Amino acid sequence: MAISISIRGVRKTYKNVCALDDIDLDIKAGEFLTLLGPSGSGKTTLLMIIAGFIRPDCGSLRFGEEEMILTPPHRRNIGMVFQSYALFPHMNVAANVAYPLKLRGIAKEEIHRRVDDALKLVQLEGLGDRRSNELSGGQKQRVALARAIVFAPRILLMDEPLSALDKKLREQMQLELRQLHDTLGMTTVYVTHDQREALTMSDRIAVINNGALMQLDTPQRIYDYPVSAFTADFIGESILLPAQVRNGAISSCNNMVNATSKVPSDGEYYLLLRPERLQLLNKEAEDGYNVFTGTAKKSVYQGESILLYVTLTNGEQLRVRYNGTMHVSEGDNVYLGLLHEHVVLIARDSE
Amino acid sequence: MMTTHQLADANAGLLARAAQREQWALLGLTMPAFVLVFLVMLLPVLWLFGLSFLNDEGQFSLENYQRLVESKSYARIFRTTFEVSILTTLICALLGYPLAYLFSQLPSKKANLLMIAVLLPFWTSLLVRTYAWLVLLQRRGVINDWGMSLGFWEEPLKLVHNLSGTLIGMVHIMLPLMILPLYGGMKTISADYTRAAANLGAGPVRVFTTVFLPLSLPGLLAGAMIVFVLCLGFFVTPSLLGGGRVIMLSMRIQTDIELFYNWGAASALGVVLLIFTLLIFYLSMRFLRMKQWMESN
Repeated sequence: MAISISIRGVRKTYKNVCALDDIDLDIKAGEFLTLLGPSGSGKTTLLMIIAGFIRPDCGSLRFGEEEMILTPPHRRNIGMVFQSYALFPHMNVAANVAYPLKLRGIAKEEIHRRVDDALKLVQLEGLGDRRSNELSGGQKQRVALARAIVFAPRILLMDEPLSALDKKLREQMQLELRQLHDTLGMTTVYVTHDQREALTMSDRIAVINNGALMQLDTPQRIYDYPVSAFTADFIGESILLPAQVRNGAISSCNNMVNATSKVPSDGEYYLLLRPERLQLLNKEAEDGYNVFTGTAKKSVYQGESILLYVTLTNGEQLRVRYNGTMHVSEGDNVYLGLLHEHVVLIARDSE
Repeated sequence: MMTTHQLADANAGLLARAAQREQWALLGLTMPAFVLVFLVMLLPVLWLFGLSFLNDEGQFSLENYQRLVESKSYARIFRTTFEVSILTTLICALLGYPLAYLFSQLPSKKANLLMIAVLLPFWTSLLVRTYAWLVLLQRRGVINDWGMSLGFWEEPLKLVHNLSGTLIGMVHIMLPLMILPLYGGMKTISADYTRAAANLGAGPVRVFTTVFLPLSLPGLLAGAMIVFVLCLGFFVTPSLLGGGRVIMLSMRIQTDIELFYNWGAASALGVVLLIFTLLIFYLSMRFLRMKQWMESN
């Protein structure tokens, strides 16, 4: 019942401002794909084009084999959860969920049964008589979800659906949404600017910036091997140290850097360092590690770990995350180790 | 030395007094308005109410109301008043709704500019506008001159001193009062609602009938109520553009007082007008609440 989405050469400009620039994107049938990017990156525009609310300047949009770019939104048969939920205020919960079924001319008893099923699925049994202004944020979210899936669409779109919820509820809903996706198996396109949410929920993440697709990959590959400085910086904490490759050898901050992966061709690069990938070592050299020497600065207690600011001998600022078993005070000499297999180089002109 | 408990008790008194002082201040600020409304609104209305139950000799009687019920001329006046008011309200709604919709969908900069075009006549004197219509609509007026010289019609059309003239003038004057609450109501309808409806499978017509129209109904009702109630008591425009052929309640009140010096009859008309107004207000409130109740069930 799931269906693939194929986007080809989609462009959208608003008065000289390019919102989307030649987007190609293939979403597999049954996949949970997240469009991740900062606000104004074009991710919502892309979602609105899939839903049919925005007409692109050019390009193709296919659901399975069928061209949809000219199909009006009401004939696309897509479920959608809006950021504002968009529950009709003049209808109660049951009428909201029944709305798409009524439009499809389904018999009354059938509607009743399916509305009940959908409300049960989102754990809102018995709340059908409530008006939407009598619901909490989390409940509205669930009603919006029930309304979007009750007519069994093959595609489900979600536009930052959890952004209005508090952190605890948001994390709970992330897992529930993912579980629901696995139960129903529909192709899901999810928009968020929250990288943690994207990493938690997605099969694949499409990182979007300035209207362009920066990277499309699994959460782990995106986190471990970002291909651009933007992606590295946007997802997770990162420090980018200038690095060079000369004659097949990597160097950064006057250190030779050994890597297990293939060394790229000569040129200017960034060496990607993540605070939790760096390790505090006791000595200046250790097998399997590239070691950077520096001076400890301020340390910040963050509960599960301590974040230590370090200035390298050449003046570069780093951050390293360590647990409380070690004691480092300001002014101490510290040795930061980066495993050879954790060396990731990013081309300098990739911004 | 005072204990903390004693300190707390002492402050409790001060805090209560501070709260009380604030309430008195608020009451003091609203007092002038209260007094004014009482003196120039409530008292005269009560006084009129009393007058309407007195006959020419100043004795209590239902004579004035009896006449309203029995006299054919009053029946005609009531019918004309309601006819004109209902027609004006309907035409205003039909003309105003698409306009308000357009304004609500435009970017606010353009909408504001267009809104000025609606408001400019609204800010112009009612008398000036009514006379202007007289100039435009009369037998040898601008419209008839142009219409005939361009060959659209042969004989001058009777555009004024009748029902159509009254309606044209009243619609023109009432239209902004319909558009403003309608526009206000439509502005609050988020585009997400219509998008959601479309996404769930509603074509443009269904989006309008099942989502936009119901959500804009409170604004429409507010506009219709304002226009209708104002029409019921309207005087200047119907008396100038109606040419004596369209006699509305307010005009009869005027003749009753000025020509016959019959305060009792005029008061009774005034009381009936007031009752109708309150009734309409009550019914539209009931309707709104009913609608909500029906849709939630």
